[in-house]
Amino acid sequence: MITSTTAGLVLAGILFTMGLVSMLIRRNLIFMLVSVEVMLNAAGLAFIVAASRWGQPEGQVMFMFILAMAAAEVSVGLALILQLYHQLKTLDSDEASKMNG
Amino acid sequence: MNWMYLVPAMPFLGALLLVLFSKKIGKTGVSLIGCGSVGIAALVTIVAGLQFMNSGLQQFSLPLWNWLSVGNFNIGITLHLDALSLAFTFVITFVGFLIHVYSTGYMAEDPDFARFFASMNLFVGAMLMLVLADNLLLLYFGWEGVGLCSYLLIGFWYKDPANGAAARKAFIVTRVGDTAMAIALFLLVQHTGSLQLTDILAKAPTLWTTGDATVVTIAFLLLGGAVGKSAQLPLQTWLPDAMAGPTPVSALIHAATMVTAGVYLIARSHVLFTMAPAAQATVAIVGAVTLILAGCSAFVQTDIKRVLAYSTISQIGYMFLALGVGAWSAAIFHFITHAFFKALLFLGAGAVIVALHHEQDMFKMGGLRKSLPGVFWIFLIGSASLAAIPFVTAGFYSKDQIVWLAGASAQGGAGYWIVAVMGAFITAMYTTRMMLLVFYGKEKTHVHHRPGLNMMVPLYVLAVCSTLAGFMELPHTLGHVTLLSDFLQPVLPAVVTEHASTALEWGSQGVATLLCLAGIYIVWRVLPIPFPREVKTFLKNGWGFDAAYNLLFVQPYVLLARLNRKDVVDRLYVGLAAITRYFHRMMSATQSGILRWYIMGIVMGAVVILSVIIWRQYTV
Amino acid sequence: MGAAFYIAAAIAILSTAMVITRYNIMHALLYLIVSLLSVAVIFYIYGAPFMAALEVIIYAGAIMVLMIFFVMMLNLGQQSAGDERHWLTPRVWIGPALLCLFLLAELVYLIMQPPAPPAGEIVMVDPKAVGKSLFGPYILAVELAGMLLMAGIVGAYHLGRQKKKITHRFLERATQ
Repeated sequence: MITSTTAGLVLAGILFTMGLVSMLIRRNLIFMLVSVEVMLNAAGLAFIVAASRWGQPEGQVMFMFILAMAAAEVSVGLALILQLYHQLKTLDSDEASKMNG
Repeated sequence: MNWMYLVPAMPFLGALLLVLFSKKIGKTGVSLIGCGSVGIAALVTIVAGLQFMNSGLQQFSLPLWNWLSVGNFNIGITLHLDALSLAFTFVITFVGFLIHVYSTGYMAEDPDFARFFASMNLFVGAMLMLVLADNLLLLYFGWEGVGLCSYLLIGFWYKDPANGAAARKAFIVTRVGDTAMAIALFLLVQHTGSLQLTDILAKAPTLWTTGDATVVTIAFLLLGGAVGKSAQLPLQTWLPDAMAGPTPVSALIHAATMVTAGVYLIARSHVLFTMAPAAQATVAIVGAVTLILAGCSAFVQTDIKRVLAYSTISQIGYMFLALGVGAWSAAIFHFITHAFFKALLFLGAGAVIVALHHEQDMFKMGGLRKSLPGVFWIFLIGSASLAAIPFVTAGFYSKDQIVWLAGASAQGGAGYWIVAVMGAFITAMYTTRMMLLVFYGKEKTHVHHRPGLNMMVPLYVLAVCSTLAGFMELPHTLGHVTLLSDFLQPVLPAVVTEHASTALEWGSQGVATLLCLAGIYIVWRVLPIPFPREVKTFLKNGWGFDAAYNLLFVQPYVLLARLNRKDVVDRLYVGLAAITRYFHRMMSATQSGILRWYIMGIVMGAVVILSVIIWRQYTV
Repeated sequence: MGAAFYIAAAIAILSTAMVITRYNIMHALLYLIVSLLSVAVIFYIYGAPFMAALEVIIYAGAIMVLMIFFVMMLNLGQQSAGDERHWLTPRVWIGPALLCLFLLAELVYLIMQPPAPPAGEIVMVDPKAVGKSLFGPYILAVELAGMLLMAGIVGAYHLGRQKKKITHRFLERATQ
């Protein structure tokens, strides 16, 4: 049974899964970062849908926090990628496996 | 009496000090600590014993601390003093002290002087824990402790593999008995819910009727433990080999104290044995048979210490016989006199052995009456006591009591009496033979070293004791003194005599005396006794028990071990290790450092969790 | 639930599919902006106009621009795209894709589970209410978010600095 809530949640699920697939199949670090953004966005969508389902502001508050977190994450992530690129001369995440961590 | 804890604590402390500081304190220090700790223990025992006797208490217990406590099951480290444990404690500390003093002379040349005294002190401590324990678990702790020390001291000169083998044999054979005893303890916990000796003895009559299968089983298992420790049939084979240890060790552990732990155990749990007539009869039979077999073996030995070893087995057989016929205090009486005269004999033998430069073969001795007169007289006193020369020796009174009660007590009978008298006859014979071979005849080995004062003084003291100790208990016919049995009365019930009369008692004593003198006379006249060679070898090897055990147990075991060289059970553990290693490899392969694999793991986890949720929804 | 939602949803899914299949990172980022914009439309439909605006301004505006600048700075060009083409073979993506498809199926199954929510009326949530609760009960979280952003800035500055390459002196000696 499709209601507006389930439709929104399914869309969020689809977007999230796409981000996940991308995360799994990409080796380029920037692509991986983009995939994380996609997934975060999908999670935010789920929150918004939930907020509208219950008529409460908490879902949107959470989305704002996700937004702030994504901004911080992207800035730090990009800085890290920059360093890695300088060290390894490549964006291949598999190259950064020397520590077996 | 509150100072009682010092009695076991001092030897333990001594052992600890000797282990830790043996290098720093030198031989004098080692001797001082080694003898001093046991000496203090002996003094405390005497003081506490006097206080105990004056206080009129029947028993006194001194809780030191809690060992373990599970629900209602409490085991404390608690010392329990009553007449029985006091008698044992006194003998252990007093004889132990004399033997320690003697050892300072005997072991003087040994490079491992400190190790010897540390082990001896540890032994005395463990033995005191054994007799002072108020519960069976603590008793078992002491029981195993003395077993360990026995092992350490038999194998004291470990550089000779034969000594190590003897030590192992002693350890393993007694372990057979100890296992039986452990099972007995489990059964006691299961049925009485306690290991407290007073509890058990008080509860037993309310729990079981006489002859109940459970109590008979427990008594038999306890007997198993006693038989192993006291070197009785069928576990007697270790004691002759245990003579590989230094002679003071044989005197202290394998004559005076440890081997009588079995006697102590049975006397301590006498209520159980009284309630299990079958087990008690077995005690008597084991004692009687051991008494004769070991006596015969002692008669043909060539090694002086082995004679004494078989003699010890035989004398403990007497104690078991006494226990078996319900003559509890007679057994303790014989234990005390035996401790004195057998320690005396062993120490005397040690003096001879040292004098002849570690020669133990009696056929290479001889004529020592002239060259070692002091030792001769002492040995004569000890032998007289062992052979039970009438009226003047302690051995006579204690043995006479057993002989008489073997026939006269309610559980006794003519059969036991005959065996006991025969035992006295054989004892007189082998003792005389030993005396003749060692001290009479031509001198075959030159005496090169006379025992010093520190060896002779303990011998004198023990000689006095082995004469005077007998007078604390005199038969009806000769003065009727009952100091010891009165003293033990609160713990051990008096013997019930059935077919007793003064005439019969006179008769019994007369026969025993006559046979003893006859034995001495026969040997005196016709040494060497003409035995067929085969019989001699058979007896000398202890009735072939060793060979039989070798064939029955050791060989099949070795065969099995050989067949199962690659242990089947091991396979399990090797397999376990292999599986672990396999998983380890798999797990470490996941630590590849490749980020995508980690994310894959997360996804897999999500899939599994969601699947579980969906599956639950279907099933609920 | 009108056609607007379905159109926006279709655009979002399509553009996201383009994001995850492009070899050139610039193309992917541009498609991601489209996807974010369509999600902003969906936010609007779900009665969160303020969030829709934030999505456009911060996500599609600031964050994506940051990434695009970054890519330009690194000057990743054809070579990177070639690498991607080389790396993205069906052998690589088919397994994870199937696994994720399964995960999605499970998710959808769970979302569709009865008891379904009562007939979905979209409730408009007033931005004022959001603001009130942000600076009411969630004030502590807001402060923490602020600190996080601060840490993000400092961290990015610290990490992003072009440091002189320092090799350990032992390693240096070993390579000489």
